[in-house]
Amino acid sequence: MTRDDGKPAVPLLQVKNVAKHYGARVGCTDVSFDLYPGEVMGIVGESGSGKSTLLNSLAGHQPPDRGEVIFDTRADGPVDTVTMSEPERRMLSRTDWAFVHQHARDGLRMSVSAGGNIGERLMAVGNRHYGSIRERAVDWLGRVEISENRIDDRPLAFSGGMQQRLQIARNLVTGPRLVFMDEPTGGLDVSVQARLLDLLRGLVREMGLSAIIVTHDLAVVRLLADRLMVMKDGRVVETGLTDQVLDDPQHSYTQLLVSSVLQV
Amino acid sequence: MSDYNFAYLDEQTKRMIRRAILKGLAVPGYQVPFASREMPMPYGWGTGGVQVSAAALTLDDTLKVIDQGADDTTNAVSIRQFFEKTAGVATTEETKKASVIQTRHRIPEAELTEEQILVYQVPIPEPLRFLEPRETETRKMHALQEYGLMHVKLYEDISQHGAIATAYAYPVKVEGRYVMDPSPIPKFDNPKMEMAAIQLFGAGREQRIYAVPPYTRVVSLDFEDYPFEATKAEHPCDLCGAEDSYLDEVILDDAGCRMFVCSDTDYCRTRREAGHLGRMGEQAA
Repeated sequence: MTRDDGKPAVPLLQVKNVAKHYGARVGCTDVSFDLYPGEVMGIVGESGSGKSTLLNSLAGHQPPDRGEVIFDTRADGPVDTVTMSEPERRMLSRTDWAFVHQHARDGLRMSVSAGGNIGERLMAVGNRHYGSIRERAVDWLGRVEISENRIDDRPLAFSGGMQQRLQIARNLVTGPRLVFMDEPTGGLDVSVQARLLDLLRGLVREMGLSAIIVTHDLAVVRLLADRLMVMKDGRVVETGLTDQVLDDPQHSYTQLLVSSVLQV
Repeated sequence: MSDYNFAYLDEQTKRMIRRAILKGLAVPGYQVPFASREMPMPYGWGTGGVQVSAAALTLDDTLKVIDQGADDTTNAVSIRQFFEKTAGVATTEETKKASVIQTRHRIPEAELTEEQILVYQVPIPEPLRFLEPRETETRKMHALQEYGLMHVKLYEDISQHGAIATAYAYPVKVEGRYVMDPSPIPKFDNPKMEMAAIQLFGAGREQRIYAVPPYTRVVSLDFEDYPFEATKAEHPCDLCGAEDSYLDEVILDDAGCRMFVCSDTDYCRTRREAGHLGRMGEQAA
């Protein structure tokens, strides 16, 4: 890959031989890949295949046992986030990174209003002007299609789809460059899923986000992901362009996965 | 008197508490854990403050105890009697004569001096507690100075009430480092915390001691467009006419009559003795 100015592009995230074990059991092992700016990577696999373990290890929620997760930081260039100091990593996770949980309740403060939820990251990085925080919150509510007059309502009063959209707004407000998503459409009914996917696709393209999306829903990756990684028993069994993997699966497990989807 | 060690606690316990106090003074605003003892009073009645006072008292000290500014309320009277009995120290109601002042929910109106120690009773020392229930997490937030959440609380205030409605236990930042709960004093008292006296905070049930050394910078958190305001009832005191003191509102009957009086009883009495008179005041005898 090359950048617009002709120089070779630096991957935004380089994952090298990441492994995480739970005692003698394998969480995930030997995972390596590069993610370039603006690229969306999908990780699919059945339950227990190590998708979420991998995502949590990448996002710094639990330290991997082995391997490197090198992120191209704005200030210092590529840095291994596994060995960087905790304050730096936490700073990264509320500025340049974002994490969208499967259950919106895990990612939101349920007792704080929608506006406060969106504003939290802004205040965490030092914004101390109420008016401008409020303005940004209104702007972001609009972007995720939540009406402005709900800004002072608590997420408890929101539907599941709205909570999920609010969680996305709360995460994207600081303009992150890398978004981790863990089953972002899980637990939502199909029409709400479709709108959420539409919204996500728009935001990802518009903001030039890079994203890693973990899901077991092949339709989600078909719509959102440029590249696909298939996991089974903690190992990557197949990688490639999304359409290529889904239309011409090589590994037997991928073939099973693709053929298991009900065609309506 | 001879049945008790001086000031009730044994000497080893007082040493332990003094070590915590010294550490607290060395790291202003940091909550130092200490092995809080059972005291002969229920939690919530000032067990933390009493232990800190016991560790700070010497035979030559003069003790004053106030509760919501008043010397004559239950809490103040019983703690004062407790130390009269167990320490035999002199007690006073006059702020100027006291060397150790234990307080619940107020800072005296009279300016304190370098010779004095102010001991606060603290119910919940962790300012982040109602936003983040996990102790492991709040400790980490203090360690890494992640205080954005505190502003989320103030944001919620403004969005719901149009102004920062937090009126007491208003969070402060001490010496540019730790965010601290000043105990439930009215925010009217917050600016007074930059003072000449030593301020010690004791939370018995939560087993924490923290401190603010003399002349330490104490800044109340706020937004640029919603700056901190020290508020009080817009009235003069009805007994002594003071316009600069924090007031209690007293309902007089069920026909809507009310009066405002200084919450600091010593300040009010001193003023009346000096001849100041409010709307409903009578000349002191």
